[in-house]
Amino acid sequence: MIDFDRVTITYDGAERPVLREVSLHVAEGELCLVVGRTGVGKSTLLGAINGLVPHFTGGTLGGRVTVAGRDTAAHPPRELADVVGVVGQDPLAGFVTDTVEEELAYGMEQLVIAPEVMRKRVEETLDLLGLAALRQRPLIEISGGQQQRVAIGAVLTAHPRVLVLDEPTSALDPTAAEEVLAAITRLVHDLGLTVLLAEHRLERVVQYADTVVHLPGDGTAAAGPPAEMLLTATVAPPVVELGRLARWRPLPLSVRDARRRAGPLRARLPVSPPAASATGAATGETALRARQIVVRYGEVVAVRGVDLELHGGEIAAVMGRNGSGKSSLLWAIQGAGRRQAGAVAIAGRDPKDLPPREARALVALVPQTPSDLLYLNTVGAELAQADRESAASKSPPARELLDQLAPRIGDDAHPRELSEGQRLSLVLAIQLRVAPRVVLLDEPTRGLDYGAKAALHAILQRLAAQRRSVVIATHDVEFVAATCDRVVVMADGDVIADGPTPEIVVASPAFAPQVAKILAPLRYLKATQVADALDESRSLPGMVSG
Amino acid sequence: MRHATLSVRGRVPGIHDSRRVPRALHPVAWWIWALGLVIAVNRTTNPLLLILALSVLGFVVANRRTDAPWARAFKYYLMVALFIIAARIVFQSVFTAGLESGDHVLFELPHIRTPRWYAGVQIGGPVSLEATLSATVDGLRLGTMICCIGAANALANPKRALRVLPGALYELGMAVVVSISLAPQLIESVQRVARARRLRAGQRRGFRALRSIAIPVLADALERSVLLAAAMDSRGYGRTGPATRATRRLTATLLLAGMVGVCAGCYGLLNGSGPRLLATPAILAGAVLCSAGLALGGRRVRRTHYRPDPWRAPEWIVAGCGLISAVTLYFTSGYNAADLNPSFSPLRFPALPALPAVAILIAAAAAFAAPPPRRRVSGSVGVPDAAGGRIARPEVSA
Repeated sequence: MIDFDRVTITYDGAERPVLREVSLHVAEGELCLVVGRTGVGKSTLLGAINGLVPHFTGGTLGGRVTVAGRDTAAHPPRELADVVGVVGQDPLAGFVTDTVEEELAYGMEQLVIAPEVMRKRVEETLDLLGLAALRQRPLIEISGGQQQRVAIGAVLTAHPRVLVLDEPTSALDPTAAEEVLAAITRLVHDLGLTVLLAEHRLERVVQYADTVVHLPGDGTAAAGPPAEMLLTATVAPPVVELGRLARWRPLPLSVRDARRRAGPLRARLPVSPPAASATGAATGETALRARQIVVRYGEVVAVRGVDLELHGGEIAAVMGRNGSGKSSLLWAIQGAGRRQAGAVAIAGRDPKDLPPREARALVALVPQTPSDLLYLNTVGAELAQADRESAASKSPPARELLDQLAPRIGDDAHPRELSEGQRLSLVLAIQLRVAPRVVLLDEPTRGLDYGAKAALHAILQRLAAQRRSVVIATHDVEFVAATCDRVVVMADGDVIADGPTPEIVVASPAFAPQVAKILAPLRYLKATQVADALDESRSLPGMVSG
Repeated sequence: MRHATLSVRGRVPGIHDSRRVPRALHPVAWWIWALGLVIAVNRTTNPLLLILALSVLGFVVANRRTDAPWARAFKYYLMVALFIIAARIVFQSVFTAGLESGDHVLFELPHIRTPRWYAGVQIGGPVSLEATLSATVDGLRLGTMICCIGAANALANPKRALRVLPGALYELGMAVVVSISLAPQLIESVQRVARARRLRAGQRRGFRALRSIAIPVLADALERSVLLAAAMDSRGYGRTGPATRATRRLTATLLLAGMVGVCAGCYGLLNGSGPRLLATPAILAGAVLCSAGLALGGRRVRRTHYRPDPWRAPEWIVAGCGLISAVTLYFTSGYNAADLNPSFSPLRFPALPALPAVAILIAAAAAFAAPPPRRRVSGSVGVPDAAGGRIARPEVSA
């Protein structure tokens, strides 16, 4: 169906090719998962399938890409629209019309499909993706998961034979992501579509994949069965990490498979990980005290009377579905957002009553789109500006902070050209330059791969060690399990649960991380805890049973 | 059940006739109707007629708009109209043109002496009732015209209206559609960035402050446009037929020459001093050239329409209602033309001319002639809530 024959792609002005001599064959009806760290060329590989690379993006293509017998060198994307359907990260960015029904028809109108056929296909697609109830709805009013399903439906109506999805769930919350991935797997099984999917939440899709294409980062690509490829891949979901650790072969890819294999491992492990609260939920002085915070947008109450108290050195997560008030709470605490009632005290002062310059020295916030804070042409200029803004602070210069967070970002790089993780690090460095007591992060892991998340984890641990408090609003269960001491769960503007991570997370089927599900009733949250426990039991040979 | 729903709506009986199939009226019919009213309103400063026209607009919008976001915009147009009236009164009061004999003085503002070379305009001074009234009516006329456009926007999706453009103008229409969709996103991103600025505590004023908002917003907008362009390309937008560079040039030349002809002809007709004989042939020739250009350009773009809006009897009636209003007020025959623009000095209550009033009322017939709009509750019957008067709208599962 799709053939890459010694494909080399070099962007204009780049020193070395993104893809080098890549040869691939994807057979009809396969679900092919493209994995690799950020910036290794996953999007380039996917873009090359319908000719967006190089027709739209520029650059040079060497070798041959053929899809259903058509050479992409001779066919620009629009001439491949009836064969390849492409869905991007942000569904809203790709919508051309206003309502669900019109959007589904748009592609067919371009392909000059007869009106009767169009009508029939729209109805079929509405049913296939469960969108029938939404047909008249304006696209901006439906939820993110529904929007992404509409975007998938909008390319399906052209009856393509290949569906290319570039991180279709990275902008969605877990429920919406689940909804979209369920729709995709259904398409693969029911319609026999050939699907190429890049996805950073591997734990959700890897069990459905027929093939994994791994991009190690040197421009090459290797394809093979998932269980073999993931043994050595540079990215791995927690279930695979645990599988590698326990030397299970073939590697289990789903919680179900792993749980069936985990009996002997469970017997070997102590009930609790060696140092259950290793990070030691900080006690002692209170760093932040928020009382009865209320945030309203007109008649909508986003946060209704929330109390929050944080100790120095504590890392807390605020979780909950989209619209539950997480972001509003962070913005209200910082003082830059709305707050209709309530009080915040950090070192005895309320940041809302202070001028911005003093407020950010008490509490820094990294917003969901960090690039909103960047407006200069180079990383060097941004760092120099940060040093000027925070001249009064005693902390090291911003350059030093950035090098700790993400080494090897040159002064000349443009902030917009950085990867998500690098950009987050840059903004974090700018915000940490004033040495705030409390750091708030709104959805920091969105768009980060496992490596970048590990780096963020290390950064937050270092902040906690400096007795600073961190609050993260996030959906990322695995990250919370690995990083946070405490979890606050919000729903409909209220705090519905607040406690140590193991208690909150393990008790809930929705929030439990993969390792916890595999090893329950043992109280493990992440693979590294298992590794530590195994090391300990090995050093005391008498304890090993079997 | 359905009958109960209808009576609970509490609107005009008969207007929500359950026998009529709800559908969207052709957007062009709404636009003709609204533009007809614009022409009619433009002809009069009679406050009674203007208020009548506003009531007609409100009545039709209230009964025939959908639940879509663009349909909720009418109230903003009303606010703009109120603002225009207020602004017009303030300007009239501050920049008075002096009193005429017999004027009633309402109050007096402090007078600022203007230099002699600026003697035409006075600032401050006595404000007369007559001048204020005529300013109010003038503002009311402009405000009503704006509400006409607002009504058209609320009743017909502007993007759907652009779909009827001939094939040759398809790309132009597409550009307008894209800019309409990007505008709200731009506003959202300005708000987001402005809020985020406080987090970094940058400069508050001057070039750098502007830059710290403009750069992220523009970068965002650019990124979005590129994403949209890529999405449109991947979905087959611009699959050109067998069009060569030569045909494209020919199309452009024909269109340009045609437009020049039409413009020259219109100028000749309206100016009167020019050679009148040439005007009509120029317009005709221009129209022919334009049509040829559109036909040639349209051949290149091959597309089909999904569920095109039909043009049936209701469309004829709605468009006709608007045209009748326009024609009646444009050709002032059959009634006293002075009644359209009553004078306020000497002060007296304006008369309501019968024929123009009827013509404007005819436009209200659109509310009955147009089929009821399709509401969001598709497939589920609305249930009257306990308080009555409103339909509980079952939320579609999110």
